[in-house]
Amino acid sequence: MDQVTTTPLRSAVGAEGAVWFAATNAVPRVESEIQLRSILASLSGVDAVGAEARAAKLATRSIKRASKLAALDLAISMVDLTTLEGADTPGRIASLCAKAARPDPNDHAVPAVAAVCVYPDLVASAKRFLGDAPVAVASVATAFPSGRASLSVKLADVAEAVAAGADEVDMVIDRGAFLSGRLGQVFDEIVAVKSACGSAHLKVILETGELVTYDNVRRASWLAMLAGADFIKTSTGKVPVAATPPVALVMLEAARDFAESTGEVVGVKLAGGIRSAKDAIRYLVIVNETAGSAWLTPERFRFGASSLLNDLLMQRLKQRRGAYVRPDEFSGD
Amino acid sequence: MSDRLDVRKTYKLVVNGAFTRSESGRSYEVTNAAGEFWANVAQGSRKDLRDAVRAARAAQAKWWAATAYNRGQVIYRLAEMAESRRAELAEHVAAAEGIDPAAAAASVGRGIDRIVWYAGWTDKVTQVFGGANPVAGPFFNFSLPVPCGVVGVVAPEDSSFEGFVDAVLAPLATGNAVVAIASETRPTPAILLGEMTTTADVPAGLCNVLSGRRDELAAALCTHEDVDGVDLAGAGDAAGALAVLAAGSIKRVLRARGHGRAGDDARRLRAFIETSTVWHTIGQ
Repeated sequence: MDQVTTTPLRSAVGAEGAVWFAATNAVPRVESEIQLRSILASLSGVDAVGAEARAAKLATRSIKRASKLAALDLAISMVDLTTLEGADTPGRIASLCAKAARPDPNDHAVPAVAAVCVYPDLVASAKRFLGDAPVAVASVATAFPSGRASLSVKLADVAEAVAAGADEVDMVIDRGAFLSGRLGQVFDEIVAVKSACGSAHLKVILETGELVTYDNVRRASWLAMLAGADFIKTSTGKVPVAATPPVALVMLEAARDFAESTGEVVGVKLAGGIRSAKDAIRYLVIVNETAGSAWLTPERFRFGASSLLNDLLMQRLKQRRGAYVRPDEFSGD
Repeated sequence: MSDRLDVRKTYKLVVNGAFTRSESGRSYEVTNAAGEFWANVAQGSRKDLRDAVRAARAAQAKWWAATAYNRGQVIYRLAEMAESRRAELAEHVAAAEGIDPAAAAASVGRGIDRIVWYAGWTDKVTQVFGGANPVAGPFFNFSLPVPCGVVGVVAPEDSSFEGFVDAVLAPLATGNAVVAIASETRPTPAILLGEMTTTADVPAGLCNVLSGRRDELAAALCTHEDVDGVDLAGAGDAAGALAVLAAGSIKRVLRARGHGRAGDDARRLRAFIETSTVWHTIGQ
């Protein structure tokens, strides 16, 4: 097996950074921006060509019938069924929730999806429509999708979502602050939002399409994990570049290395642009080969998507029926 | 000795307006009628077929949204494209069918004339196959022909150009999108026509041409639930079994009656339209 970029922490974190971990073997308490910078600066750079080559290589894996069926069901159970449109209405949320709880009404063997993901004002509706179905409600918050609001507004946004019953909160980082080097501000915001979340899980959206380089993706991933994220998430789905295989690879490496060095498990969520079952299975291969099979569970890995679910269902039915299926066999969203 | 190297061509699939090698990476050799090597041709797979159907479904909406007049112009442009490549087409038809150059040129000429003929049909389909119906009340009642949607064509095995033109242009002229499986042993004239569609202002994906093993592709085409009709012109002895497969998703099926038989033209044009009935009050 070729291991082009799978650098374990021993090499990902240079000598200086290793000091912070060696002393604790737990998540280090970040006391100052200087210390945070020091940790992030100690991360080695990402070999961009190697990351892209390895992601492309993994995409060529052929997954055969029995494994494909298992992968399709697993992928369905990992979907955060998402609607983040200005035109969302409670009625639309009702149909989304029905679909989330029972993706294929004709086949009870199809697992429910992991969560529905909506705007904060629709969390209460989603909670009501889901009832006691085993589906979590995730809410975007913190001035999604741009993250351009004052901290007090962001915290109020989070508090509203949590009060309405959100089980998971998807926050966006302030990319402007990150790119201009105000890392302490980004860190503090995540810490503040985390404490506002209470028992709700926190997913931190890095918006990798705006971070420009893989090095930034690696640093932002570490920053978010150090600040207490339960999940790191690629994208809002609102900018042209969303989840890509190399970005997934870099983030999964970060999550693996973080778990290896601190003992804390952080999940990874890919969002935006994942529409086909084929892509989803390719990502599952990357998960397995990068972070390991322990990450192949909805507790540690998610797809944020809307149209992906229908393609997964179609491919699932195709495998069983032996014929290609009409797209309108399943409800649109 | 020639002072240039040969520029050899691999004949590719025409899927979604692009020339793709098969997703499977396979290709096969096609011989001329005398059994000599003629060309390497992509061997399409079931996944290529699936991609083609998806492209056709998207393109059909655009095609039907255009005016009938515009559809006629576009098909006429296809005839223009074919006309300027007549010699090339004739060379391929002669090699494929083992006929002399003059007969091949005549066959290509007839095929191109047929394209023009189908171009003329686009804005006449409604008049000929639709109508105003007498009803016992103060209403207008109209029957309007509308396309089925995506039509699969198993093109004739022998008539490599003329037969292909008829099988593909009839559903296109009535507003359908087409996924055609070219003749397995004589695919190159069909692939050339497929190439021409991409320069004729046809929406990408409206006319997809796949070459490959008929046994493999025809069954996948007939069972595909998002295909609304199939023309089994070139299915030969397998037509019965394929029609049974098509019945699984209630497709319209057109069986061969022999190319060029009297009455075949109207039969082809009518095969892949459905009738939409519209009631309208007579103005008070």
